[in-house]
Amino acid sequence: MKQYLAFVKKEFRHIFRDKRTLLILFGMPVAQVMIFGFALNNEIDNAGVAIYDMSGDYESTLLQNRLNASSYFFIERECESTDCIEESFRQGKARVGIIIPHNFGKDLLTGQKPEIKIVSDASDPNQAQVLTSYATAIILSHVRDRASVVQQAPVVNAIPRMIFNPELKAVYMFVPGVMGFILLLVSAMMTSLTIAREKELGTMELLLVSPLRSWHIIFGKVTPYWLLSFMNAIIVVLLGITVFDMPMNGSVPLLLASCLLFSLTALALGIFISSKANSQMTAMFVSMMGLLLPTILLSGFIFPIENMPIVLRVISNIIPAKWFILIIKGLMIKGSGMSILWKPISILAFITLLFGIAAIKNVKPRLNQ
Amino acid sequence: MKPAISIQNLSKSYKEVEALKSISFEVKQGELFGLIGPDGAGKSTLFRILTTLTLADSGIVRVMDMDVVQDFREIRNRIGYMPGRFSLYQDLTVAENLEFFATIFGTTIEENYDLIRDIYVQLEPFKTRPAGKLSGGMKQKLALCCALIHKPEVLFLDEPTTGVDPVSRKEFWQMLKRLKNEGIAILVSTPYMDEAALCDRIALVQKGEILSIASPDTINEAFHGTLVAMKSHRMYELLTTLRNHPKVASCYAFGEFLNAALMDGDEDWQSLEMDIRHKGFDDLVAYETTAGIENVFMQLLSQAEA
Repeated sequence: MKQYLAFVKKEFRHIFRDKRTLLILFGMPVAQVMIFGFALNNEIDNAGVAIYDMSGDYESTLLQNRLNASSYFFIERECESTDCIEESFRQGKARVGIIIPHNFGKDLLTGQKPEIKIVSDASDPNQAQVLTSYATAIILSHVRDRASVVQQAPVVNAIPRMIFNPELKAVYMFVPGVMGFILLLVSAMMTSLTIAREKELGTMELLLVSPLRSWHIIFGKVTPYWLLSFMNAIIVVLLGITVFDMPMNGSVPLLLASCLLFSLTALALGIFISSKANSQMTAMFVSMMGLLLPTILLSGFIFPIENMPIVLRVISNIIPAKWFILIIKGLMIKGSGMSILWKPISILAFITLLFGIAAIKNVKPRLNQ
Repeated sequence: MKPAISIQNLSKSYKEVEALKSISFEVKQGELFGLIGPDGAGKSTLFRILTTLTLADSGIVRVMDMDVVQDFREIRNRIGYMPGRFSLYQDLTVAENLEFFATIFGTTIEENYDLIRDIYVQLEPFKTRPAGKLSGGMKQKLALCCALIHKPEVLFLDEPTTGVDPVSRKEFWQMLKRLKNEGIAILVSTPYMDEAALCDRIALVQKGEILSIASPDTINEAFHGTLVAMKSHRMYELLTTLRNHPKVASCYAFGEFLNAALMDGDEDWQSLEMDIRHKGFDDLVAYETTAGIENVFMQLLSQAEA
């Protein structure tokens, strides 16, 4: 026990004396949350509209006001031709062009079907799609309101309601993602690096020659990083809740427990990597390519898993971060309990056990040469 | 009394390289035993096998009468090891390193302070300095302290003085002498021949084989033939001339002199001197000399290669 504590103490000294390690441990989580929260924002906010109103009557003015009043759009330019719309796209000032036909008001009120053209700048296809659907929604609802003033048209109204995230905030998606990423980075990469460092510097040789057992070395390495990654998880959750108004609908103890579980998964992966890698370079490369990249690409953090081809969807099942993100989203946003989350939690526990055992088996009491 | 280390027919290969070829020797308790040999002779491999870090391919190896394969945990409690490369935590201070190694061996600095006192007093002024920022000699002294802190019965030192200045080297060997007097068996490797003379016994190692084992005094007797020391102001020409001379078996530079060994059975070194003088080396200085460890080593090497 004394030996184990001495090892943990030594490990903390390494961490607190290395500025780079500290920066990764404490600068990274905050920086990541801020970057994802403020910079990588794909929500639509105040997109410029170039409008070409051929009708220029009372109804078309009402429609323009309606668009302008929504927080998504503002009228950037009033055009006199379609060329003018293209021109403002090219200048990057407007991203959507709306063309209102002649006699719009008259046609609308007499039950004809006036056709409004929506043109969008599809150089960014995702955004163009979102913008078009927002514009369509606003125009349709306006037209419906106006038409119903003059006649009782038997129209079926579909009223969409987004639950759990009514404002469609991207923050809800990336806070769990960043948590998974940070825990993986801190736990898996940092531990695999420190073990590889001991091998590289030759200190592993001395540790092996000492009466320390493998478990002293493994748990001595793991404990500090477990505590630190847990602290990181709490920092990210708190930032999400305070700065980005993330809800916290589920049980807090369960949230903390799943953070601890996921760090353990990552630590097991880290030890597993380092039992194979003999240099820091290899450890770094393997954890980057083998853990971080798949986590970013396949965990549903950035790209939705549902849209992936079947092969990738199958592969995504072995990415621990995928299950962790599911758990965190369930807990924070939906307020789900154990009755729903038992499945991802037990999958995560299973992966942890698998790699934990493999890692301990792989740490041999002798040099592997 | 059982030997501190006993090795019988030990062999070890790495893929295609035979690092150790069926070597055997014993180190007595309280003996200072030196392994002399060039880089790549297999010394570090031997250390790793003795310290239970690597498994041998064949042979019986016992340390303190315990088997290095079966009783490796017990052996690890009772030996001290200083690897060839400085292997302490560079970012921990002198005191922290020592404290860490004391604790993992289940002891404290105070408990065995007597053993390391002489060495540690020299380190004391740098107690709070990170180990990575010490000078080469200081690093080695700290490493020795860390290897001694649990009062080992056998000490394994793999090239402890390589890259250390001559003064520190001398101090280091004085410390080894003292430790030996404490009854600790020491196996030490070194590429420096002058250090070999300070051991009780030495083994000359080359390409995984032991060429000779003897005490430094008697190993000189292993040299056969006549040895002549020569000097001139045209040393390089003298060297090539001697090497091509029919009377000379081998010739190497040692310090300011060239040592030429005559062919087997040839004792007439004066005629060689005359001959060389006639070849234009007017300022030639020559005298018959006794062989040192280096001469023996060189002779054994050339025999082994032949």
